[in-house]
This record gives sequence, structure tokens and C-alpha cells, in this order.
Amino acid sequence: MRVPLSWLREYVDLPATETGRDVQAKLISAGLEVETVEHLGADLKGPLVVGRVLTIEELEGFKKPIRFCTVDVGQANGTGEPQEIVCGARNFAVGDKVVVVLPGATLPGGFSISARKTYGKVSHGMICSGDELGMGDDGSHGIIVLPPETEVGKDAIELLELVDEVLDIAVTANRGDCLSLRGVARETAVAYGLPLRDPALLDVPGPNAYGYPVKISDPAGCDRFTARTVTGLSAEARSPIWLQRRLQKVGMRPISLAVDVTNYVMTELGQPLHAYDRGLVQGTIGVRRAEEGERIVTLDGVERKLHAEDLVVTDDRGPIGLAGVMGGANTEIADHGDTEKATSDVVIEAAHFDQVSIARTARRHKLSSEASRRFERGVDPQAAAAAAQRTVDLLVLLAGGTAESGVTEISAPPVPHTITVAADHPDKVAGVAYGRETVVRRLQEVGCDVYGQDELIVTVPSWRPDLTDPNDLAEEVIRLEGYENLPSTLPRPPAGRGLTSRQRLHRRVGRALAGAGYVEALNYPFLGEQVFDQLGLDADDPARRVVKLVNPLSDEEPALRTSLLPGLLGALRRNDGRGAHDLALFETGLVFHPRDEQRPAAVLPVDRRPGEDDLAALDAALPDQPRHVAVVLAGAREQAGWWGRGRPADWADAVEAARLVAREAGAELILRKGQYGPWHPGRCAELIVVVDGTERVVGHAGELHPRVVKALGLPARTCATELDLDAVERAGDDTPQAPGISTFPVATQDVALVVDAFVPAADVEAALRDGAGELLESIRLFDVYDNAEQLGEGRRSLAYALRFRAGDRTLTVDEASAARDAAVALAGERVGAVLRS
Amino acid sequence: MSAPNKSYDPVEVEALKPEEIERMRDEALAAFAAADSLDALQEAKVAHTGGASPLALANREIGALPPQAKAEAGKRVGMARGAVSKAFAARQAELEAERDARVLVEEAVDVTLPHDRVPAGARHPLTTLSERIEDIFVAMGYEVAEGPEAEAEWFNFDALNIGPDHPARGEADTFFVEGPRGGTESGVVLRTHTSPVQIRSALSRELPVYVICPGRVYRTDELDATHTPVFHQVELLAVDEGLTMADLKGTLDHMVQSLFGAEMKTRLRPNFFPFTEPSAEMDMLCYVCKGASVGNPDRPCRTCSSEGWIELGGCGMVNPRVLTACGIDPEKYSGFAFGFGIERMLMFRHNVEDMRDMVEGDVRFTRPFGMEI
Repeated sequence: MRVPLSWLREYVDLPATETGRDVQAKLISAGLEVETVEHLGADLKGPLVVGRVLTIEELEGFKKPIRFCTVDVGQANGTGEPQEIVCGARNFAVGDKVVVVLPGATLPGGFSISARKTYGKVSHGMICSGDELGMGDDGSHGIIVLPPETEVGKDAIELLELVDEVLDIAVTANRGDCLSLRGVARETAVAYGLPLRDPALLDVPGPNAYGYPVKISDPAGCDRFTARTVTGLSAEARSPIWLQRRLQKVGMRPISLAVDVTNYVMTELGQPLHAYDRGLVQGTIGVRRAEEGERIVTLDGVERKLHAEDLVVTDDRGPIGLAGVMGGANTEIADHGDTEKATSDVVIEAAHFDQVSIARTARRHKLSSEASRRFERGVDPQAAAAAAQRTVDLLVLLAGGTAESGVTEISAPPVPHTITVAADHPDKVAGVAYGRETVVRRLQEVGCDVYGQDELIVTVPSWRPDLTDPNDLAEEVIRLEGYENLPSTLPRPPAGRGLTSRQRLHRRVGRALAGAGYVEALNYPFLGEQVFDQLGLDADDPARRVVKLVNPLSDEEPALRTSLLPGLLGALRRNDGRGAHDLALFETGLVFHPRDEQRPAAVLPVDRRPGEDDLAALDAALPDQPRHVAVVLAGAREQAGWWGRGRPADWADAVEAARLVAREAGAELILRKGQYGPWHPGRCAELIVVVDGTERVVGHAGELHPRVVKALGLPARTCATELDLDAVERAGDDTPQAPGISTFPVATQDVALVVDAFVPAADVEAALRDGAGELLESIRLFDVYDNAEQLGEGRRSLAYALRFRAGDRTLTVDEASAARDAAVALAGERVGAVLRS
Repeated sequence: MSAPNKSYDPVEVEALKPEEIERMRDEALAAFAAADSLDALQEAKVAHTGGASPLALANREIGALPPQAKAEAGKRVGMARGAVSKAFAARQAELEAERDARVLVEEAVDVTLPHDRVPAGARHPLTTLSERIEDIFVAMGYEVAEGPEAEAEWFNFDALNIGPDHPARGEADTFFVEGPRGGTESGVVLRTHTSPVQIRSALSRELPVYVICPGRVYRTDELDATHTPVFHQVELLAVDEGLTMADLKGTLDHMVQSLFGAEMKTRLRPNFFPFTEPSAEMDMLCYVCKGASVGNPDRPCRTCSSEGWIELGGCGMVNPRVLTACGIDPEKYSGFAFGFGIERMLMFRHNVEDMRDMVEGDVRFTRPFGMEI
């Protein structure tokens, strides 16, 4: 809402010294968000005067037509002689009154005017357009032609009200009243403690039987409809300068007198109005819901198919307006200038429509108008009659019209809204002792009627439909007393329990991965389903079942991720493309899986706590959203440098990342050779944990399949790991038990076992562990050797260091050897291992 | 036991003559002094103090002396051996010092050589800034609450007094999850704020409730320098008996002081949100200029555009209708809540100029933030 300070002063006697900035500060503190204060004509300097065009000489031979004019500016140029001016505009004639800027003046933008030679003549000033004066669009697209009665030589800065300040206020959704000068003036008056001259306080004739016939068929949608008729509007009448200027300052374009007047009154009082050409309205005006399939061409020239919930204004033919949103083209007021078809009689509509209905219609038709914006936020129903009267008065005054005595007014009896509130309620909300007297005074200032002592009975004013609850009244008191005056106190919460083990795990996993050199990336969860083909997922892979969005940002990515890899690999590719080739990235975040059976999430009541079953049903309607963790690697894991060669990232790094996550969770990770979509079939580990006694595959790790690398444009041998972190957490134990530490000496025994190459090292190790028994302290694989000549084709040697120790004695060599032999024996039994000779 | 040897003549024992012992001592000292390396010194040590050395042999002769002569000879030999051993230690220390000075210098390295063998990793600053804020409140006794990102409309809107016709519920602002018929009938949206977690907390926790709700949220903005459709929020909810707006103000003040320094404060400006009443916009004093740039063109402040205050987010007293929807008696309990975007705070706290830098996962952006901020 743009509010010219000069206009605001009409209703509140602000001190003359008060600047726009001052008013801004006051209103912000009272709760109106004044975003900017625009200084109109801040750097404008005269002489800028009214002139009369005396002669026009058309200059030939230039690229565009140029006029050399003489203009009578009275005594403004000091001589009284005609002023010689070169002008490129053509929308004026000899005798027209125009705005002339004389040498020595400065126009907005710091444009200094001096006599200068142009097109072979000396131009002593300029004939001005609205743009050059910073006035905004006046619809003429040329120089300003003033009404013929304008006095020559008069100061045009004053005449055109070129110097002003305009407050731009972002009005919140609950304050429809402040989409009017009247509302902002009321806030200003309260903020300054000054009286308000309410422009809606007009003498209004009561309704009678001979007004324009109106029939309301939907009183819920339209609880008030005032119709007035003005006849005999002059075809020549145009909006006076002051009216045009005010509309321009609030950001509207002057169109024609009747339209300008309705816009002006709407801006002043907040009541949207519509003027119908009475000659084009056929029969009774009605208000009803549209019939399915009905159509209307609105004033913006768009044909709209109506919905059965749309409120429409009708005549005998059908819809003539989308109620409260936009009028219809079929009853539009004819533009001035076209005197042939000029509208001479108008019917003025000042109605009150249902907030929700208008909001829905505006949204449905994607049509937000000045009227709908106001109805959506709440319009004072009591202002309709005054607004109609004000419109009639202005049309009579400015267009020479005659007000017909018929007054149509259909209205449901007003039901004043009353709130009962404890007098100390605002004190309790704020934590400040305002006292009853202050509370009552502040409520009265915003227009409430207040009765009662300890318990107040508060009747809210018709222009504040947003005040419905005790807390709304508390807010009025607290904001007028000043939010800035609230004290600062700290509540004392009960002792908390700190982070949950799950929350601590999430942090720990992030720190551990970052400690291992991984950089966290937070990717959008949106994806396109073609990525599943690129990842090589089977047609029936469960990861292909996605949750989709109705309104994705991009039609190419309509689904929510079921895996972190697409996003993370995208980040890897982006970094690679930007010249970083040695990459290790990680992400933790939610993935989304649709439920097997999709039931809509119900809208539960809000007037009480919903039942536990209803709440459980809501959760059951949501997609399953487990937290995953993933890493991707490419390029060098260890850089080459002065210390020697580097080491490329490989499948083992990816598997190690999985081990690291499991370790942080305190979960035992079981590795198996895996084969799954995105991964290289020979270099993929299936990651397993035991949850509640059952093995569960929780992810995969290894090198990506070359086909996937190619399809996604990744660096060669990109590696990746993805784990269901929630499942790993469930398998974990966050209270590890301390082992007994023996201080007796260790006995070390090395064994090299030859096994078939397909036997997983993990199985060999498990057999050695089980066979070695309790004396085994640790086991470590220190060499893998696969020379076919020595070992035979398809065989390899695994060398282990076994460390034995007892808790109560020094082991003898025989004891350690016996344990080793038992380990080797079990490995031989289980996986066919033989001691390498 | 054999009888004492009576047949001896001390004069006859050549090796124990005082001048002999002195000679032996002096030879040893000379040999040590002449040794020019630790190896040579070791040789000299063997020659002059070893089992076959003259002093060792002389020592052995003492036993053959008559008792009355033993003491004196023993003393003489002992003193000589002591002097030799001392001289050895001194020379050894000398030679070791020489070696250290030479050899360790030869082993010197350039300690400024880089060693970026495995480049450092880092956590995303949005994660760590969020945790930092959580920790402030955890220290006060609040608990961290989390919830789903795909959320029921009832939790995201209705329970928060955002009625079915509220403009924010449109497809222009909110991502809707597709229902079985391809429309919005699923009743599920991508949460537009972490406020549904407040509702979940109020429903599931025992009163009083003091929770902090961090998380990812979604709105249908296109990504540009100042907008992202996926962003992060921290919200707070406190529900207890007798909570006031002054408590809200104090809690906000405490937060900005913890994050930006003891002289920080917040400012509340009236605003409107359906879920709070009264509602306010919260600003914090500009932590860079502390307001000194206001009306002071000579000292402009980039961080606050010379406004003196930085807009933080929204807050207010929990609307009693919201408490009612959670089954909490608004006559007995009141609450306050606030929420703000982590991206915005990261931008002004760490001079991030473009929202896209936080989104794209460029390692050059994230690495400098390390493990915590």
C-alpha cells in the first residue's frame, strides 16, 4: 500500500516538521511494515511553470519530426516575451496549456536545464512530459496537456504536487483495513496520539424502494450490496489534476473520470467499488454462484470459464462481473474522449463479499486485483454506504452528474463481534504490568467499545474483522505500548537430557567422515526417474518406486530421492567439472519410499487434540523416510608429492567408509561379495548388520560399474558407498564394554594359508578366529599373494599375524603353537586352507 | 680356606708402584684425549679400562699384597680408575656433542614442506551452524526434536491455525506429494517450516515442553543468489505455565549473545503469523557495526546495509488455538516460538554472497569451515 504523506495529512494533523522517515519509524513501531519512503521531486528545482502554446513551426529535414514553438509563460521568464522552445513531441496544438521548464531549473535525476542550440534553433527550456517530471504514467505517452482553464505562468511544481513523500507499506494478511488511507490514517493518529478525521463519516441517505433493482441469491457470499445511480455525466469531463496525481502516487494509472473516482474512493476508504454503464446493464442486478460452464469476459479482455463456487454479479443476460474480483467487459464504462459512446449514466456498486469465496476465486482464476486483494484481507462492511455516497458526490462534483434519489441497500443485520477478556490478560501475555486503565484506553484507540472491570467485554470495530480472540486484543495493547519496551527475562526450563543417542550418532558420523577426508555436500532430494536406468537398477528394483510431487520445480525432476547417490554423484561431477579431480564427498539425509498402500492423510479437527488412532493414521499415510549416509570418491585418495607416489581412491576406501560408519554406531558390519545395480559386479560389497537377531542388508560399497560411470559422465573408477543409517543405528550398541587388559607378554605367530581365490578373506579370518580360541588377542591380515606358478591356478596365499595372550600367565611357546594349529586346522576344515610350505 | 700369604714383598710388585699407576692413568687419559671419534674412544676404553688393561691387571695384584699394604694400594688404584672413568665420560660427552652437532645438522629437513597427502575433509557449515545453535539451547535445558520432511498437511498447516484457504497452502508456495489419483489428495506436503515438529513435540511430550527443532524445509522458490527451494531452519517452542513475551525476548537475546557476543540484543516488530498471537518480526543488532552506520554515510556497513539491524525471522506467543489443537489447555499454559533460516544467518555471519554456494557442494566452499563453526 502506497501512502502519500500529503494525502495522509488530510486526515491527521501531523506536525509540519514531521518527515516521511519520522512517520515511518512511528508506524513501524506500531506494527505497520513501512518498507520504504520515496521522496518525489527530491531534487526538482524550478522555474517550472504553466505555459500556453502560441505558435508551432514544423522543422523539416531531421530524422524525426521536430517542432519549434513559442510559448506564453506570463511573467515567469522575467520578460513576458514568448519563450522559444524546440520540442520533439506532437500531442499538443496551438492554444494548449503545457508545463514548461525554464533555464536554470533542475529536473528529477539531476538534469539541469539551460538554453541550448538544437536542430538549428536555440531552445530556451523544454515542454515537459510526465516521465520527465517523475510523475509516473498518465496514460498520454507524451507531454502533459493541462486543462484549458489552468492559469498561465502558475508554478507547476505546486500545481502538479510534484514534491511529496510516499510511504510504501507491506500490509500483513490480517490488516485489510490498512489497504486504505483511512486505515493507515487511523494507525497514524493512534501512534501520534492525535485525533482522526474519519473520511467515512458522511451523511448517507437511508435505503428506499426506488433504487436500482438488486437481488441477492447468495446472502452467505454477499451480505451487503449498495447500489446508487448517477445520471448525466459529462462526456468531456476529465479527472482533475489533484485526483490524477493522487492515483499516480499510489501507483494507479488514471483512466477515465468514473473509473478514477471509484479507484480513488477505494484507496481512500478501502471499499472496492464498481461502476456499471447503466445503459448496458439489462434488468435486475443479481448476485449468485456461477453455473458450471458459464463464461465471462473480464475487463482485462480474458474469457474465463466459471466454476460453480465463483460468486458472480449478473443481469438478465447472465454474469456481468466476477464479484469482488473484476468487472465484465459487457458493462464496461466507455472511455472518455469517445464522446459518441460516452457513458452518461452509471450504477455504482459498493458490496461486501465473503472473504474466503473471493480468495478462492482469485486463486482459481489466477487473477489478483485491487478489489480482490482487499476482500481477501477483510473489508469494513459498514463502509459500503459511505463509499457509495463519496463516489456519487465526486461524480456529481467533477462530472456534472445528477445523483438519483433511489438508494438500494441490501444488507444482513450487522452482528458486532464481542470478546470477553480478563483486564490483565495483556499483562500476562506480555509479562508487563500495564494496568486496566492502559488496556482499556489502547483498545478504545483502535476503535473497540470496552465495558467491564476485571473482565472486559470488548466489541471490536467493523473494520477490524481480524480481532477475534483475547490474544488479538493483547497484541493491540502490547504493540501500541511498544514491543521495544518489553523487558528481557529468561524462563527456567526443567533439566534436559541432552542429545539423543541417535542425534549424537548423526553428529559423530559426520565428524568421523570429515576426519577421514570426506567433504559434506547437502543435495536437493529431487530426481528424475531416468537416473535409475543410468544407475543400472533392475526394472523391479524397489528403489524405482518413488514419491512424486504434484508441482515439482522442474518437470525433469518430479520425484523424491530413494537414494543419496544421484545427488551426491551430481556434486562429484560438478566439482570435477570445476577442476577438482581428487574428490571424497559425503552426505547424510532422508530418502523417501512410498507406502505399499497409499491412504490420504486426513485433515483432523483443530478444536481439540486428535485421537491417538487418528494421529497414528496420519503417520501411516506418510512416506517411509529413513536416513541414509553415502560417500563418493574419485581421483587420488592420497596425493602424490615430495614424499612419493599417490594412491588412487578405490573400492577398498569405499568399503572402509562403511566400516567407519558402523564403528561409530557400535554395530558389527558383515561384508559379503555383492552384486547390485550401480556397482561393478566384481567390486561390490554387500553391507549387512544384525538387527534383532536377523541379518539385514543395509547397503553396498565399492567401485561403480563402468557403464554407470559412463552414463552419468563420472570420472573413471568412481567409487561409492550408501548405507541405511537408521538400520545401522538399530544394530549398534552405544555402550561398548571394556576389555580385560593383560600385562603378560604377547606371543606372536604368523601363518600363511593357501586357499582358493574365491574364498573371501573374511571367511578365512572368521575360521582362524574361531579356531584359535580364547587365547587369541588379535588377528591381522598382512599379506595377500597370488602367484600361479607357486600356488597353482586359482589359488592365493593369505598371511596372518596372530597375537596370543593369557590374562593370568605368560604363555609358553607350546601353548601359542597349539592355539595356532587349532586355528589353521579349523580354517582347513571350513574353507580348505592349507598352510603354505 | 687357605692361610694368608705371608711370603710377599711389596717392593717386588712392580705394577703397584705409585709411579706405575700414575703412568697407567696418564696413558689412559692421553689415549682418551687423542681419540677423535666415538669409535676410537671405545677402543681406547677397552685398552685402558677393559679386563686386559694395565689398570685392571694392577687391580688384580692388590689381592697379593699383605693386609697392611692393601689399603693404600687399593686406594691408589681406585683413584686412578676413578680418574680414568671420569675422563672417559667427559670425552664421550664431548665427542657425542660433536657428533650431534654434525650429524643431526646433516639430517635436517625443510619443515615447511607441505604434507597434504590426504586433504582435510569438512562438514557443511549449514550442519555445523545448526548444531551450534542447538547446543546453546541444549545447554539451557531444551531438547532437540526432529520429524519427517514429507509431512501431513494437518501437522504442517491445520494444527498451526493455517486454514484451508490460506494462500501459503497453494501450489505456488508449497510442494505437494502426489496422491494415488495424481493430484494433491494425498494430504502430504514437503514441510514448509519445521513448525510441524513443534506440533509433534507438543502432542507427544509431557508438559512443560522446551524443544528446539532444526531441519530441512521446502518452498517452491527457484534457486538464485538469494533463494533456494530447499533450506534449513531452526525453530524453538516453549510451552509452560506463565510464559510471557518478555521470556521470548530474553531467550532471543540470549541466543544472539551466545552467537555474536555479550553486547548483542534483539528487537521485535509487530507482524502477523497465523500460528502466533501476538506475532513479531525479530531483528538483531548488526554485529558488525553495532548500529554505528545508521545515518553515518562515512561509515557504511555492508552487513546490515547501514540499517543497524539484521532481520532474523519470525516469532511470537503460541496462538492459543494451536495449543488447543495439541490438547493443551490455553487457560493454564502459554507458549512462545520462533524460527529462522540458517542459510540467511550463515550468509551474514560468514559473508556468503551467493545462496548457490551453499547448495552446489563445491568442496572449495565447504572445506574452510572444518568441523565446527
